[in-house]
Amino acid sequence: MAQSPSSTSAPASTMAMAPDAAPSLPEISFINADRGIKSWLFTLDHKRIALMYLVLTMLAFLLGGIFAMALRVEHLTPDKTIMGANTYNRMFTLHGVVMIFMFMIPAVPGIFGNFCLPLMLGAKDVAFPRLNLLSVYVYAVGAGLLLYAVAAGGVDAGWTFYAPYSLSTPSTLFPALLGIFVIGFSSILTGLNFIVTVHTMRAPGMTWMRMPLFVWAAYATSIIQVLATPVIGLTSLLVGIERVFGFGFFDPARGGDPIMFQHMFWFYSHPAVYIMVLPSMGVISELVTSVSRKNMFGYKMIAYSSLGITFVGFFAWGHHMFVTGQSALDNGAFAIISMLVGVFTAIKVFNWVMTMYRGSIAIRATLVYVCGFLFFLVFGGMTGIAVATVSLDVHWHDTYFVVAHFHFIMVGAVITAFFGAIHYWFPKMFGRMYHEGWAMVAAAFIVLGFNATFVPQFLLGNLGQPRRYYMYDDKFWALNVASTAGSTLLALGVLIIIIYLIYALKYGSIAGDNPWGAAGLEWKTSSPPPKHNFITPPICDEEPYTYQKKGEEVEHVVV
Amino acid sequence: MNEIMRVLNDVMLTLLFLPEQASTFAMKVDLLHYFVVTVTMVASVGVGLLAVGLFFKYRETKPHASTVIVNPSGKFETVIIAVPLLFFLAWVWIGFKDYIWYTTPPKNSMDVYVTAKKWMWHFAYPDGPNANAVLHVPANRPVRLLMTSRDVIHSFFVPEFRVKQDVVPGRYTELWFEATKTGRYRLYCTEFCGTWHSQMVGEVVVLAPAEFDRWLAQQRQGLAGRVDSSGAGETAEGMRGDLVSYGRRVAVAQGCLKCHSVDGGPHIGPTWVDLFSRPTLLATGQTVVADEGYLTESMMDPYTKVVKGYAQVMPSFRGKLTAPEAAALVEYIKSLRTENLENLPAKEPVYGPVPK
Amino acid sequence: MSDAAAAKGEHGHEHPWYLAHHFDSIDVQNYAVRLGMWLFLGTEVLLFAGLFLGYTVYRWLYPLAFQAASRELSLGMGTFNTVVLITSSFFVALGYHAIKENKLKKCVAWLALTIICAGIFLVVKYFEYAHKFHVGQLPGKHYTFEGIQSPGANMYFSVYFLATGLHAFHVIVGASILAWLMVRVHKGKYGPHYYVPVELGALYWHLVDLIWIFLFPLLYLI
Repeated sequence: MAQSPSSTSAPASTMAMAPDAAPSLPEISFINADRGIKSWLFTLDHKRIALMYLVLTMLAFLLGGIFAMALRVEHLTPDKTIMGANTYNRMFTLHGVVMIFMFMIPAVPGIFGNFCLPLMLGAKDVAFPRLNLLSVYVYAVGAGLLLYAVAAGGVDAGWTFYAPYSLSTPSTLFPALLGIFVIGFSSILTGLNFIVTVHTMRAPGMTWMRMPLFVWAAYATSIIQVLATPVIGLTSLLVGIERVFGFGFFDPARGGDPIMFQHMFWFYSHPAVYIMVLPSMGVISELVTSVSRKNMFGYKMIAYSSLGITFVGFFAWGHHMFVTGQSALDNGAFAIISMLVGVFTAIKVFNWVMTMYRGSIAIRATLVYVCGFLFFLVFGGMTGIAVATVSLDVHWHDTYFVVAHFHFIMVGAVITAFFGAIHYWFPKMFGRMYHEGWAMVAAAFIVLGFNATFVPQFLLGNLGQPRRYYMYDDKFWALNVASTAGSTLLALGVLIIIIYLIYALKYGSIAGDNPWGAAGLEWKTSSPPPKHNFITPPICDEEPYTYQKKGEEVEHVVV
Repeated sequence: MNEIMRVLNDVMLTLLFLPEQASTFAMKVDLLHYFVVTVTMVASVGVGLLAVGLFFKYRETKPHASTVIVNPSGKFETVIIAVPLLFFLAWVWIGFKDYIWYTTPPKNSMDVYVTAKKWMWHFAYPDGPNANAVLHVPANRPVRLLMTSRDVIHSFFVPEFRVKQDVVPGRYTELWFEATKTGRYRLYCTEFCGTWHSQMVGEVVVLAPAEFDRWLAQQRQGLAGRVDSSGAGETAEGMRGDLVSYGRRVAVAQGCLKCHSVDGGPHIGPTWVDLFSRPTLLATGQTVVADEGYLTESMMDPYTKVVKGYAQVMPSFRGKLTAPEAAALVEYIKSLRTENLENLPAKEPVYGPVPK
Repeated sequence: MSDAAAAKGEHGHEHPWYLAHHFDSIDVQNYAVRLGMWLFLGTEVLLFAGLFLGYTVYRWLYPLAFQAASRELSLGMGTFNTVVLITSSFFVALGYHAIKENKLKKCVAWLALTIICAGIFLVVKYFEYAHKFHVGQLPGKHYTFEGIQSPGANMYFSVYFLATGLHAFHVIVGASILAWLMVRVHKGKYGPHYYVPVELGALYWHLVDLIWIFLFPLLYLI
């Protein structure tokens, strides 16, 4: 079943670039163009910055994953298993904070956006390379503050920091809030950079309708990053000021309104979900066309639906607040707007599936990730529609059903897209191939393990287990054990991936410039690319996702 | 409900691990639940299988083959937009209708005051008794909970009833349900509230109506002199007897009666007699119904909605009244009806009659 | 903001010092930095939006307290500061005009006047703040003012100090940027061929001014 990596790569490079059969690494690439630690720390090269993001966010992912596993182990028994109540409360808060602010939000834009966006556009770099470098350091400072908060006693308010609890909890909230504020700057810098890059740095011939869909998705994401992030910055700052100076802004005891905190929080944090998901959708567009060697079915619909999600995503935040006592009219309005997000997502899903129609589909790890992603997105998305249906949310709100729903989207969908992207662009980043067989085993572990972890949590939510419960009733026990068992599969899958990818960095076979035979400008340069991306500035002279040879007689079909 | 429907219902409950349906709302909302979850499962598995099926049909036969160019027609795109949209809107429509029903308590509801604090629930019946952690309600009779919190946000959740409502400090939220089956049901707090959030649980005991009446009568016997058995911290001190008499004591202690009369006579502030549920003309020209929310608001922020013809002299009682005290005051005001007051001279009503 | 400091192209071809090597032409670079600045201004607007929301909510909750509390502000000082800021915006626009016409000395003078206006604004603000501290018109739990007893007055001063404080911080940042630009203009780094940094600094200063134009009526007048 597993193809050997060399047999995949050899014909690719013969066809795409070089006449000689055995591909070799380019002598000078961005990785070895400059040497020394300083050349990395002060690099302005978007590809090196992407790799810095890769290292930092993967560390954050592992940290958050360790927290997650600890939580799952704690839930093996209804009472205390390995930690006390306060430790548990800090653990789930930090799991959320680390995963969301240190991994999900920076990871896909920071790594794949940075690496691929200029390559895909045929640009030498992003528009503001120094801001790009700054964003890494700002991220590192923010992450440092968050870790300091962990070391100095931990935070127990939940990643949502709801007032007035967050105003009165004795845990070390202030550095964590400051950390979120600082990481927000990093996110804004990345988003601003991408928008300007897309507007100004496109290669000749690269019109808007020729841009890869990953670029469209990154562009839509960037709009959210730029417009929504300042609000969470201000909100976390206000909570911090409140704790230190007692301004009473969200404190009902002083006349403040705690519900306003929730409005301000979700005004960012709902669109933030799309900061995580939209780039993943972009990745899937690239993967599905490449793996089935097809033009993108409904290219325009997918491109515009990204912008559609961005737009309506800004007005859906109230569906997190159906049971706060918000007026029924507001609830109805927010519910309808939330449905529109579902419609835009449905457009993407059907177009992706139809892209496989009449393709030439190779079996690879990326295909497994695409199929897994489709299932997770549809199931997670439609359970999202379900919780946005006002009357149903009354039962599900703040139960494990909601936990399972957003993990389906934010872990199931985002992680499959994230690992899909790593596998897809790994040969481009490092010029070497990983072992395809192990990759498929790991992908299967991830997809199955994920289902085994979170399907029981849907049922737990139905049964009525509230989230953030340290101890739980005996009737919830069996499903909790099932979920923990599933999570070990998931963790195993992640470990396998890390091991064979690190192995492939040094010992993988040489990939060649275009091992997948994929379309797109990033495959038209060497692997790894030279310092300024292209030896000769590229020109875009064909439609996106052209998998036909030049001048070939092509059949056009309309469905 | 006919036999087939009942079996189907049981099958779905078991498959989805849903707890039994013990309230009128649970019956209503679960039908939509089945509809949505079934479509979700069919759609996600369908899309997954379609992708796998397409893979088997269009497997790569030779590497790097050329493919045909396939594009969607306008008709195709219309269908994939319209079909999901129709489903989604249908769900919202049903869901919203149910939600309106769920947020509109019937007129004959029995009121219970709920106070949440870290990490316990306190229940107070308008005319006694009080209890911690255990809420007794009658079956087949609508019950309305008027809830507030003394510290942080909590949330009242009974899975078998499918009801949930956040309990917010500084304001009242309400929730109603009508239990259909007698029994004991777990009550959970579902908004994270600190170390022992997971232990902020309680119980709702649903009694048959006759049994409930007996229980209530029993509880009230000799209640006036009895110290609340709950021992609820600082509330236990004043919380003796039923809420109305407690409210009267609070009114005296806080000096409310210096300005508000309880015999219908005019004074510095509006009289409390017949005040409750009366449409009241405000200085701004608007009219509000003096319900629990308005009364509580007027205690905390007296100048937000000033009654027409009265000066702004009332101090705010924010921080001076605890939540149970405010609830007791409201109950006291509610009890002051003309028909309950004896030997009162007939007076011109200050405001129009209550349209019921 | 700009990547103007990049020197010779690393591919060997020559270009002016202010054109970064990854841009094809100065026009593209100017377009890029202008767009970047406008996006940044957008984030600033959203940053203040939260405070405007707070103002709206609390004004709706406590209309009478807000009315009474806003009477406590010094209308004279507020109006004076508004005039000062609007004038400073005019000065910075003149500075931008001057650099385009290669009148470097004039540009430096106009920028200096702008910075002086910023200084005057901050001094007046200091006196306003000092008075509030003195009489106890302070946010949240620090509120000790006897004049207004109704609840919500402390929230007014929470909003007041947060909004004007954040704005004053922006005045300081904006003035610092203009000072840096002034030094660089004086050194002759900019001229009619390359004046975009001055333009961006002026844009930022206009935003600082604009936010005040919204804060002034909301806090002082109504």
